[in-house]
Amino acid sequence: MLVVVEQLLNGLQFGLLLFLLAAGLTLVFGIMDFVNLAHGSLYMMGAYFAATFVAWTGNFILGCAMALGATLLLGIVLEFVALRHLYGRDHLDHVLATFGLILFFNDAVRLIWGPAGLALPLPGWLTVPVQILPGVYYPAYRLSIILVALLVAALLYVVVMRTRIGMLIRAGASNREMIGALGINIKLLFTLVFGLGAALAGLAGLMQAPILTVQIGMGENILILAFVIIVIGGIGSIRGAFMAAIFVGMIDTLGRAFLPDLLRKVLSSTAASTAAPALSSMLIYLLMAIVLVVRPEGLFPAAKR
Amino acid sequence: MAEHLLRVEKLVRRFGGLVATDNLSMEVVRGELHAIIGPNGAGKTTLISQLTGQLMPNSGTIHFAGRDITGLPPYRRSGLGLARSFQITSLLRDFTAADNVALAAQAHAGHSYRFWANAQKERALREAAHAALARVGLDKRANVPVSELSHGEQRELELAVALATKPQLLLLDEPMAGLGVTESQRMVALLKELRKEVTIMLVEHDMEAVFALADRITVLVYGGVIACGKPDEIRNNEEVRRAYLGDQHAVTRHG
Amino acid sequence: MKSALNLRNVVAALVIAGLVLLPVYSALTGKVFILTMFTRIVILALAAASLNLIMGYGGMMSFGHAAYLGIGGYAVGILAFEGIGSGFIQWPVALIASALFALVIGALSLRTRGVYFIMITLAFAQMAYYIASSLSRYGADDGLTIYKRSNFGSLVDLSDRTQFYYVCLACLLGGLYLIWRVVNSRFGLVVQGVRSNEQRMQAIGFHANRYRLVCFVISGTICGLAGALLANNTDFVSPAVMYWTRSGDLMVMVILGGMGTLFGPVIGAIVFLVLEELLSQVTEYWALIMGPLLLLIVLFARGGIMGLLGRFSRG
Repeated sequence: MLVVVEQLLNGLQFGLLLFLLAAGLTLVFGIMDFVNLAHGSLYMMGAYFAATFVAWTGNFILGCAMALGATLLLGIVLEFVALRHLYGRDHLDHVLATFGLILFFNDAVRLIWGPAGLALPLPGWLTVPVQILPGVYYPAYRLSIILVALLVAALLYVVVMRTRIGMLIRAGASNREMIGALGINIKLLFTLVFGLGAALAGLAGLMQAPILTVQIGMGENILILAFVIIVIGGIGSIRGAFMAAIFVGMIDTLGRAFLPDLLRKVLSSTAASTAAPALSSMLIYLLMAIVLVVRPEGLFPAAKR
Repeated sequence: MAEHLLRVEKLVRRFGGLVATDNLSMEVVRGELHAIIGPNGAGKTTLISQLTGQLMPNSGTIHFAGRDITGLPPYRRSGLGLARSFQITSLLRDFTAADNVALAAQAHAGHSYRFWANAQKERALREAAHAALARVGLDKRANVPVSELSHGEQRELELAVALATKPQLLLLDEPMAGLGVTESQRMVALLKELRKEVTIMLVEHDMEAVFALADRITVLVYGGVIACGKPDEIRNNEEVRRAYLGDQHAVTRHG
Repeated sequence: MKSALNLRNVVAALVIAGLVLLPVYSALTGKVFILTMFTRIVILALAAASLNLIMGYGGMMSFGHAAYLGIGGYAVGILAFEGIGSGFIQWPVALIASALFALVIGALSLRTRGVYFIMITLAFAQMAYYIASSLSRYGADDGLTIYKRSNFGSLVDLSDRTQFYYVCLACLLGGLYLIWRVVNSRFGLVVQGVRSNEQRMQAIGFHANRYRLVCFVISGTICGLAGALLANNTDFVSPAVMYWTRSGDLMVMVILGGMGTLFGPVIGAIVFLVLEELLSQVTEYWALIMGPLLLLIVLFARGGIMGLLGRFSRG
């Protein structure tokens, strides 16, 4: 029973992290019509920056805050120097150019930090188990991830739906020329949105860092999950990304935790131990396949552009 | 006894709260040239989209040559003999005029799951393409890429492509759109010739052309039919005048 | 009618001649590594050509083509592992497995368009990667060693480097010829038409997605052959061959060479892989140069090398 609760929370935590990543991706895609494969690289940079700054300052919170700032800055510089020239072009161009960026970042990280990964140790006060229910304990850090992610999600909702900036963002998503004609500095808006996306990716990266190792190529694996989430959740829809991310996070975590045992009850032991890992990995993609068959536009597609 | 080639019954199409097609019923008789007119926003394009299969109606039926085609996708309707031209020119821009027409002919000359023989060397297709191009007067421009044709020539090519599919009914969506005076006259003359071989349903804004060509006219306002009849009847219809023709339109007779 | 003796065709002819004579050069100079390097290049050129079929002619931007390299490779590897060493069985299995995978993935993915198609093909290819990584019987992440190359009896000995190279080259040239015929056939014209204007093609009577799917399957099958060749070349197969960056590499080869041209993928494969080889001898961090280079190519040379040659020959 405890295991189930723990895995449910793990699934929620993973899902929320995926949401942060997917939200940034779908924001940039929705508003600037820009496919950013290097989003995963920003996630990686968030983690590497965090590991470096925390070690440098000796303070977890300060180091993470600096990492967030650094990733935001990196995103803005990237947009300003390279990516803004690609707006309006074919999506294939975006894919290729940002693919080139991934290669560049992976090698740049290898050059600066070396091929071995980094570790980001947690401060003492975050490693204690917290009692969330009578008799049920959950690591403080994972709990804080959930809280921070929920907070950020709520903030995103408020900003996008309830503020003037948010209105500009939503308007920009439907009609870019119009926004420009209204005298809004669309270049600045796009840069800010891209920065926001980068910050979200960096935040996801640095929060995940103490739990997984910080290593080269960590961005690519999770980026694909973000894609799957966007497809399942629905194009351009942040709400859809949220639902799908939680869903995917849960299915993936619970699947990996319980599927092997479930299979062992049905199949022979050897068959189960071969099939289980394969099936667990496939689960998300099977889900995506089902959504594609039943509702190709996604489960919660945004309003028509 | 005149045969109904196309029969539309109580067609309804809504977009959220907006009723774009409002219980629309009409028919097209085999051999006639039937024009659809109406002010902007009357739902002409929505009607055409439902006839060609790009849009599905909420309710109502469409019968073509006796068959219920209401739920059929566009490529199936083409196979049954329903051809269309597009209001906004829709051609294969990187191909030549002849290639465009040949592909249309190919679609109706056996299957296309042939992977080996060079299709551009198929005599029958090339000849059919040239015939269709000659019909619209584009035979000298056969090997010109579409991107290099003038707007008027592209409109004519749209017609040739539709003809190459050997249609029973030709649905023309504003064939005069964007044409200058000379080009319009050419198009009207062309349509006068074509009507002898194929039933035509025409959506048009160019009133001169409509009254010069049509056997019957259906007037659409707010997604519904307010009048249907011979050109003279329509010209003299009070409701139509008020809704569409207006006092400032001087409608002259064409013999 | 364009003269056949234009710059593009001349370059293509020269490249083919060079590839045919390569083993002679290698034997004369004693540089064996050139032969092995170009065997790999020829195989990946075939893979790139198969991708060009759906990308350049079909307009389907698939970011998951490396999956077929893996499927073809694992077909050979798994059968070899289980004691079936005959190429007459392994290679057809590789082709059929690739075709089936393409059929299923294609049917699902083609329900989407544009960037979603890119994402979904990427996701499915990564799924194949993860499945292969979890096959503990067949080496999982560490991969599977193939102790004996595909056996074709007295027909040809694949363990002989030169014979193997010529088999690969024959597959490449045969594949290009097949693609050339398909592209100019009735089927090929429909596929190109669907890429150009799907709405128009539907209106004249073609079921667009069905043609796309068949094209997708043909492409995957050809790439499966490349996968079987690749496994033989390295005497090894692992999930890494399907990692999504490999799909990206294939895409780059197609774009670099000139998407939608027949010979472009070959040029693209040669340039990309030779460049990769040269750069990695200069620095360990060759991606630092390759990455921005890609960006520049996208910005300024989208027609690829064949595109540039085409522009030069028009004067």
